[in-house]
Amino acid sequence: MATIKYIDQAGGETVLAVPAGTSVMQAAINNGLPGIVGECGGSAMCATCHVYVDEHDIHKFEPPGAPEREMLECTSAPLRETSRLGCQLAVREGDMITVRLPESQQ
Amino acid sequence: MQTIQKHEAPDSSVPSLDIDPFSDDFLTNPYPYHERMRDAGELVWLESYGIWASARHEAVRAGLNDWQNFISSAGVGLANFRTEKPFRPPSLILEADPPQHTRSRTVLARILSPRAMQQVREDFQKEAELLVDRLVQQGDIDAVKELGEVYPLKVFPDAVGLTEKGRENLLLYGNMVFNAFGPRNHIFQEAVERYEPVREWVMNQCRREELRPGGFGDQIYQAADAGEISYDEAPMLVRSFLSAGVDTTVNGIGNALFSLAGHPDQYAKLVARPELARPAFEEGLRYESAVQTFFRTVNRSVEFCGLPLRENDKVLFFLAAANRDPRQWPNPDVFDIERKPVGHMAFGSGIHGCVGQAVARLEGELILTALAKRAKRIEFTGEPVRRLNNTLRAFDSLPMRLIPH
Repeated sequence: MATIKYIDQAGGETVLAVPAGTSVMQAAINNGLPGIVGECGGSAMCATCHVYVDEHDIHKFEPPGAPEREMLECTSAPLRETSRLGCQLAVREGDMITVRLPESQQ
Repeated sequence: MQTIQKHEAPDSSVPSLDIDPFSDDFLTNPYPYHERMRDAGELVWLESYGIWASARHEAVRAGLNDWQNFISSAGVGLANFRTEKPFRPPSLILEADPPQHTRSRTVLARILSPRAMQQVREDFQKEAELLVDRLVQQGDIDAVKELGEVYPLKVFPDAVGLTEKGRENLLLYGNMVFNAFGPRNHIFQEAVERYEPVREWVMNQCRREELRPGGFGDQIYQAADAGEISYDEAPMLVRSFLSAGVDTTVNGIGNALFSLAGHPDQYAKLVARPELARPAFEEGLRYESAVQTFFRTVNRSVEFCGLPLRENDKVLFFLAAANRDPRQWPNPDVFDIERKPVGHMAFGSGIHGCVGQAVARLEGELILTALAKRAKRIEFTGEPVRRLNNTLRAFDSLPMRLIPH
């Protein structure tokens, strides 16, 4: 299992325990968490699962590939150094990850 | 001998069904067959064509995401390009594997990106409102001939940069291409006959001089100018816009209108909250998937769903059956526009997931929004008539009354 903490714009926190291999987008969708849309279902095609990964956790993931970098240009909320698409962030066993949700996804 | 062996199941313990997924009966009402295939196993053998069929959500998703084992370059229809001549020069994106596929897709994904949609949104919205204004005033309409076909044939070719004249030829082209993924049955033969007279027109539209500077089509040639793709590849990628960009959204919109007219409670929800237009279109795609199936070819022997697949076996992935798999969706046969069906397979999945899905969603959202704001009810005024297609879930006619607010 792994733990993902989502912090929304108002500072509200949701902590989810999910099986290893689950993506940050899928975990949010499975648990009905508002703030992540995931419209394309995880194909890096829509930029509606944008998250800001906590700077202490950003190194736990491989850097974004070309399709994700391209799609990050299309996010509705401002892009930051720590911006990622949640669908491309699969958690590993034992991970504890914190992500912040942007002000908008669409 | 090899050909015969290829058409037999690898061993007698494999769940095997005597179903023809391209028969008129199957295509008219696929859902009971989908259920039989899902219940028979994760992966089943179809004796009719000597192919594998995958109809459960988990297996469809897994197969489509494994492009190394389930390749597209040998064709995404019944024909195996390794042993049979393709019916047309293969698509550089649909019927390709990396690295060719990556090169093509990078260019098309940029041209059709969510950001690009923001640029065309205003024009697409204006056209949706003009059209629906007129149709609501008219009252009794054929929602296929006067709406489902008209809107995509206006906005998408406008964005690609095609001439106004002759666009209806694209319907014949799309119809033929999607039929060609099936066997050479009577449906395919009829589609080819209707397409033949417009073939030259369609191929001619792919030339740079026919395309408005700055449009999606011209942007492909700009990618060639920049050296990202070759000048030989550019017209082939424009061809992909013309084949995949019209009949798909025509039927996506048609199926959504059919589903909403058939579920007045859901349409009432949309009228009360027009911001549900986008999720309503999404649920329409899950509930009645415009693209029902795609094939892949087994690259080399591999175990999948616990079964031994052999090199060159064909696997038919049922997107539409995955979208109604009760193992994935609660009450899958219920049309609920508030469902948020994230993870449906209507656009495929993985590296071959529809590159134009942002365009499709934009068109669907804008049409349903315009309709919800202008018509308080939509009602059938006659029997919907299906148009059978080996791959698409399509309509010939949807007689409907639009009742203004």
